[in-house]
This record gives sequence, C-alpha cells and structure tokens, in this order.
Amino acid sequence: MSGDDKIHLSYQVEGGDLTRAGEASSSVKQTLRKLGLDPAVIRRVSVCMYEGEINMVIHANGGLAMVDVGLDDIVITLTDFGPGIPDIDKAMQAGYTTAADSVRDLGFGAGMGLPNMKKYSDDMKIKSIVGMGTTVTMVINIP
Amino acid sequence: MTLREVRDLLGAEVLSGDELLDTEVHAAFGSDLMSDVLAFVQDQGLLLTGLNSPQVIRTAEMMDMKCVVFIRGKAPASSILELAQDRGLVVMSTPLRMYQACGVLYSAGLSG
Repeated sequence: MSGDDKIHLSYQVEGGDLTRAGEASSSVKQTLRKLGLDPAVIRRVSVCMYEGEINMVIHANGGLAMVDVGLDDIVITLTDFGPGIPDIDKAMQAGYTTAADSVRDLGFGAGMGLPNMKKYSDDMKIKSIVGMGTTVTMVINIP
Repeated sequence: MTLREVRDLLGAEVLSGDELLDTEVHAAFGSDLMSDVLAFVQDQGLLLTGLNSPQVIRTAEMMDMKCVVFIRGKAPASSILELAQDRGLVVMSTPLRMYQACGVLYSAGLSG
C-alpha cells in the first residue's frame, strides 16, 4: 500500500443460518494476514468483526459488513436493517442480553458482544433507530 | 508441551490434524462461552470446551489457537472437523470432564 490507497472489503452477512456466522470474519482475517499486518492488529480486528457479525446474524437477520484497510487504521462498518437498539447504554452493559436460548448453544448470547467490541477497538460508535436498523463503526489504529 | 503430550495426558482421541501433533502449546484456556474466549485469550494455544458448535472452530481461528479439545466425550459433527482441517486446527475429544482435564494439564506444567 502506498499514498492514500485503501483496500475496501465488503461482505453480505446472511441471517438465519447461525452455523455459518463467522465466514466474513474468517475471510477478513485471511486477507489481513496476506497483507502482512501486525498479528496483534489482526487479532483485534478479528474479535471486533466476529462479535459484530454474530450480532448481525442473531439480532438483525444479517446485514452488510465493510472493512476499510488504510495505512493508519482499519475501519469496520456493520450495517443492518434489524429491529434497532432501544437503549444503547443498557446494551453496552456487560451481561445484558436479549439473545434467544438457541444463540447460547453457539457459545454466545451472554451479553459480552458489544463490551468485547468496545474493548478491542480504539473507537466505537453505534447509531440505531428502532424499527429501522443499526450501524456500528469501529476503528482499530495501526501502531 | 506438544499436542502429542496433551493427547496422551488426556487419553484423548485425535479427530483432526494427526500430522500436527508436534505443535507446541505453552498455555491453555477452558470455557464453554465463546465470548469469554474472545475476551480473555492472549497467547493460549489450546482451547478446552464442552460446547459442540462450529463457532468453537471459528473462535479458535480468530484467536490464533492451535488445538481444540472437546471434553466430556463430545463428538463434533463432520462439518466441524472439515472446518478445523481447512483452518489447520488440531481437534481432539477426551472423556474427561472440564475440571479433570484442566487439572491434568495444569499439573503437567501447562499454564493458564
């Protein structure tokens, strides 16, 4: 990469099929590896992307995941047209969940997704309108 | 500790990645909650879990882990094993329960 070149990755995340959740994250991880990024940065992107992807699958019937890889940072934008989040502060609390029991069979749904995404990103913004959908933007700086 | 030693200590059956048993791991993590694996794992190369789901393999992949040990005799579906093979992950199954399996490995020098 040089100058203001950025690499744009885009994925349609399918809802409904819980067992396939994570395919987009896996693809992002492999691409970042090929680009030769610092493994610690790749790890942080992976966790943010994977938790976000799981959220889109279980709460919003899928959505669109975009990853912009620049020289200074990686920006993950997750957009869905799901039910929206009525109370974002509450949703950010560790342990708060509205996930169905079937989600717990996957090892998720314990109210740790958003806290994990915040923990592993340098900046996270959530915009949500009830009945319209949610957009989560996460920035991971490249040291 | 090599994965071969892990297998022998746990009396485990290797379900995928037989050719990778010389791989070394220095620490392990045990959990059935994948979000906790994502939250807490640092350099642990080995995951012990009683959760039987493809997300176990995805999670291990995200955290650069080398091996998944299914405890309590869990038998993962062939689709899970194919995913693990594709990602170069070793998969084992042990009849031991979580507390026992962790205790055996910890006593043998594998840290947490």
